[in-house]
Amino acid sequence: MTYGKGLRPLAALTALTLTAAFALVFFFAPLDADQGFVQKIFYVHVPIGIVALVGFMAGGVFAIQHLRTRDPRHDLRSYVAIHIAIVLALGTLVTGSIWAKASWGSWWVWQEPMLVSFLIVFLLYACYTPLRFSIEDKERQARYASVFAIVAGAFVPLNFAAVRMAEAYIHPRTFATTGGGMPGDMFLTFLVALAGVGLLFVTLWKYEMASKNATFKLRALRRTLAGDELAPVPRSAAPTL
Amino acid sequence: MLPALPLDEAGPYVAAAYLVFFALVLIYVAIMAAKLGRIERDLTELTELAERREADGTAADQHEHERVGATRE
Repeated sequence: MTYGKGLRPLAALTALTLTAAFALVFFFAPLDADQGFVQKIFYVHVPIGIVALVGFMAGGVFAIQHLRTRDPRHDLRSYVAIHIAIVLALGTLVTGSIWAKASWGSWWVWQEPMLVSFLIVFLLYACYTPLRFSIEDKERQARYASVFAIVAGAFVPLNFAAVRMAEAYIHPRTFATTGGGMPGDMFLTFLVALAGVGLLFVTLWKYEMASKNATFKLRALRRTLAGDELAPVPRSAAPTL
Repeated sequence: MLPALPLDEAGPYVAAAYLVFFALVLIYVAIMAAKLGRIERDLTELTELAERREADGTAADQHEHERVGATRE
């Protein structure tokens, strides 16, 4: 399978959507009555948070396919999805902290279930790569990582539902009311930003998949051409095909 | 919740949040570009190896051809 196929138009569409989103954020969406200009952080913080959580769940779905079929390509798909979602989750935590400092006067509020639950999800997935690296046998590594990705992936929506049911301490619940609980202009801007970040996730996923695929093909070619002259593949957390 | 910050005070926070997002994407793309560079280097190395093999094979064939010719004479 060639993951690089269609990557160029997809990357162009992503750049276009993100540019449109940021233009809408700063030139179209009205200022929030309560928070003023600082509320603009919402349009980057919430989309990357949502896409990170969806990415974690996508990793779980690929992991289910891997356990069902034992096809290592599904393990690779799961690994790459989780890898990118971790980067986005880190971005969510940092942008959220910046917003918290501007809105609440504090970088972090430990009493708020939304913040703590997201941190738990992030720390849970931070264990994924060390877990993979700790297992030398590639087949076992892929199997254990898939089990981890499924369990952690199931935890994400459960955790999300629990937080929605918990009493909010200070963090507002997005989409708590019909229409996202915000005026149409703001909601449209948010949807475009969400589409942009979603496309960015898919682009980066395809990009990394294409790169990893090329690396594996080169390694196979090197083995065919050079035989045993070259050093063996070093230990790695990344799957190999 | 604190009262809304004036624009000059809110600006740096908003800029910082968007910069974090761009920085993360840039770092990711830079790492991927470095990996692509490694793939290109490997590909060059393998191409050279294949060419060397091909040249060695041609030389060996020629040598064998000459040896067979000399035996017949």
